[in-house]
Amino acid sequence: MTLIDLANPTRFLALTARVLPWLAAATIILLTIGLYQAALAPDDYQQGATVKIMFIHVPNAWLSMFVWGVMSIASLGTLVWRHPLADVAAKAAAPIGAAFTFLALLTGSLWGRPMWGTYWEWDARLTSVLILFLMYLGLMALWRAVDDPSRAARAAAVLTLVGAINLPIIKFSVDWWNTLHQPASVIRMGGSALDKSFLIPLLVMAVAFTLLFVTLHLAAMRNEILRRRVRSLQMMQASRMAFSSDMAAGSREDNASKEAGAA
Amino acid sequence: MTMSLGPYASFIVASYAAVALVIAILIGWVMLDYRSQTQRLRELEQRGITRRSGRSATELR
Repeated sequence: MTLIDLANPTRFLALTARVLPWLAAATIILLTIGLYQAALAPDDYQQGATVKIMFIHVPNAWLSMFVWGVMSIASLGTLVWRHPLADVAAKAAAPIGAAFTFLALLTGSLWGRPMWGTYWEWDARLTSVLILFLMYLGLMALWRAVDDPSRAARAAAVLTLVGAINLPIIKFSVDWWNTLHQPASVIRMGGSALDKSFLIPLLVMAVAFTLLFVTLHLAAMRNEILRRRVRSLQMMQASRMAFSSDMAAGSREDNASKEAGAA
Repeated sequence: MTMSLGPYASFIVASYAAVALVIAILIGWVMLDYRSQTQRLRELEQRGITRRSGRSATELR
């Protein structure tokens, strides 16, 4: 099956109906393994048990950027290739991305209080992620503000692509500025700085959360396709009602003119 | 085997609880939205409003 085949919403619905149960099962299994490994991970020599927050903070932070990346590719699909499912994908991803970004900020804040002595600091990494969260909310507001989905899609696609500038700023903020947030320790030149006892559970959790996103995203895309079907059927109903009332008005006028002619 | 979370246990537990709650809300939202859309489509079809193709709008396979 090619990408073109998936452009058909009905085919997409049929395919995802088969795939979603497997994805959900894989997500549950990986999350269970990841949480078990996270529970057994040793305490950090500096941070103690608070290092366990890393196993949920890092996957959420990674997904906050990954989801915007997915939305950016979908936006290109809307603007360049006009793929029928591209704006469905972008719209469905926004609330999920906002939730992951909110969790990254919240868990980071709860981790920061015991480690840094503060819940919040206006440093480059934290501020750029907060801006990302506000952009997600802005994008969701834009989708709701415009009635016509295709017009909303084009405006949202432009905003998404402009917002993608924030992704490298978030990633490299810890290198470009002097921040309270630690520099990259998982993916970096020279290999990961983390010990295997932390790295393996973290990677399992990252894959589990990514699968969770894929599962929720496909399910939300299905809902969005159904919502558009509801909208088109409602428009069809409205046009039928308008047509029948026009016909009724027309026949009344005909009758009136006939009666006037007869008189 | 018991897991000791040390003096900052409340921060760790609050983090995991918040993640569990938000994910539960996301899953609930997706499931309720699906139910709501299929219900609305069924109601429209019962009123005789069908797709041009003649296929059911809730047909997913």
